[in-house]
Amino acid sequence: MSAKVNSTADIALRCTNLHRYLGQGEGRVHVLRGVSFEARRGNVTAIVGPSGCGKSTTLYLLGLLDRPDDGSIWIRDQLMSNSSDSDRTAARGEHIGFVFQFHFLMQEFSALDNVMMPMRKLGKLAEDEMAARAASLLNDVGLGDKTHRLATQLSGGEQQRVAIARALANQPAIILADEPTGNLDAKNSGIVFDLLTRLAKENGQAVVLVTHNPDIANRCDEIKPMRDGEFVN
Amino acid sequence: MSNNLRIALRFLTARKRSMLMSLSGIVFGVGFFIVTQAQTSGFEEFFVKTILGTNGAIRIEDKLQATMFFMPATNSYQESEFQLKTPREARKYIEGVEEPDAMMKALREFRNVSGVSIIVEGSVIADSSFKNDTAKVLGIRLDDHLAVSDLAAQVGRGSGSLDDFRTTPQGLLMGLELAKRLQLVVGDSVILRAGTEQRRYRLSGIFTTGVRDIDRIRIYMHLGEARSLLKKATGASSIQVALFDRDRAPQDAAQMEQVLKHGAQSWQEREVSWLEAFHALQISAALTVSTIILISGLGMFNTLAMIVIEKTKEIAILRSMGYTRQDIARIFIWLGAIVLVIGTVGGWLLGAGVTYGVSKYPIHLRGIFSADNFQVHWSIWHYVVGTITAGVVVMTAAIIPARRAARLEPGDIIRGTSQ
Repeated sequence: MSAKVNSTADIALRCTNLHRYLGQGEGRVHVLRGVSFEARRGNVTAIVGPSGCGKSTTLYLLGLLDRPDDGSIWIRDQLMSNSSDSDRTAARGEHIGFVFQFHFLMQEFSALDNVMMPMRKLGKLAEDEMAARAASLLNDVGLGDKTHRLATQLSGGEQQRVAIARALANQPAIILADEPTGNLDAKNSGIVFDLLTRLAKENGQAVVLVTHNPDIANRCDEIKPMRDGEFVN
Repeated sequence: MSNNLRIALRFLTARKRSMLMSLSGIVFGVGFFIVTQAQTSGFEEFFVKTILGTNGAIRIEDKLQATMFFMPATNSYQESEFQLKTPREARKYIEGVEEPDAMMKALREFRNVSGVSIIVEGSVIADSSFKNDTAKVLGIRLDDHLAVSDLAAQVGRGSGSLDDFRTTPQGLLMGLELAKRLQLVVGDSVILRAGTEQRRYRLSGIFTTGVRDIDRIRIYMHLGEARSLLKKATGASSIQVALFDRDRAPQDAAQMEQVLKHGAQSWQEREVSWLEAFHALQISAALTVSTIILISGLGMFNTLAMIVIEKTKEIAILRSMGYTRQDIARIFIWLGAIVLVIGTVGGWLLGAGVTYGVSKYPIHLRGIFSADNFQVHWSIWHYVVGTITAGVVVMTAAIIPARRAARLEPGDIIRGTSQ
């Protein structure tokens, strides 16, 4: 476990009193009931709980992929919960990296192209710099010899490793992972988790992951159990 | 290369078969659009050349005499003005041109006029040893008339020679259909009767304009001989005018009418019914062929809508990486644009190839003109209009799915696939 730092400068992501309703009319469900949370740089936090308790919904709100019905979200001290679609999109590109249960690689592109995709959008590096960084990231996740393979030519574990490299591409402050090992066998789960946490810690990134896997959760710096739309204990 | 274009190029292969079908539709649509326009305008162009080569761009005919003048004291702004106005109904026409040589001189002063020819015209009965038939004699000065018509080429397509006509005062040039009916060949003699006058002439040449109605009745003879036969010692029936820029004929005719006080009819006014028929045919062909492009556009819309459905996960992940709604829309607009560019370039090549092939196809057309192969007109505008039509259809078909893709909420998509 890494030492916890209480400085607010270390807080990469913060939310208070998040409420979210899903559905309409009689089917409307109060999914999140006042969730508050902080994610610190270099820390790995696991959100655990039974299916339907609101783990993924929390993650999508934190990742600015969804809007809360109430409550506030700060990304690096900037209030984002009520910001415009373009500001939220820009913040996602610059500060947040996503790893999903299903890797969501672009099947028509090579591993290298997939990792370069967020860099190309951000546009901070030249083309050769982007290619070099993408190759380096793929090397870090153990795919240095498969950079030019199409996503379809990689195994499930390899595709998830490419997705991790892609999430790290723009050196975001926050990595949000939704069941990153949920679709992998035990061996690959261990590899992917170790890789994600090691690289994030090396780069001082805050990692928030949602998982059903108790072994994975127990290896995180912090565990936030969730039940019926609220964090418990 | 733009990143959105790079993604669009890869998405293009997502539904190869239906994309290829849409693409071929655009290629065939644009191609056939070009071919039909080239053909219809080709025949129109050929018709125009025929009538210009036969009757000229402008004909000056009857003298205008105003019977009434208006001199308004003020205009609609209550300002005084001095102007003589002759309403159309207050004009009287006096048949023919009284001073044709003065008129020719005046006509040559117009900047757009390239040639002027005096014509003395009258009806006659032509007697051959086989039968007789009615005909219309046009007395001309050969060199003047060659400058305002395609008579040399028309004789070339027929038989005999202009040189023989030029050197033979009693020589005639006769339309092919009339010569056939009278069973005359070059060198034969023919008697022309006009009123009480009756003279024998020698057939120097047979011409064919391609316009059956003209070839059936027209005879050219020397101007002096025509004056003598028709007893028209002075004046002229009409003056045929050729122009450098034929499209300015209506404006020039109006100006000539104003200045020379003679009725002047442009070829566009003279042949209005045929020209309108050609235009109607051209529009009809364009509309018919545009349906191919329209159907391809519907196919394109369908294909792109399917790609949006198939690529929702990719759209969501792109949005999560910071791609804006505009980026997503642009990817699908690029898809449409790529198909449009490939389709129209393919359509141009197909259109040009088929147009060339068709122009070599032999046909035997006689009636309003004489043609021995398909007539085509090469115009950049056929390509431009075909491209614009395809552009409007394809881009409309692309914009709707693009807007739909841009509206997708990444959270909704990911929630739907990960839980």
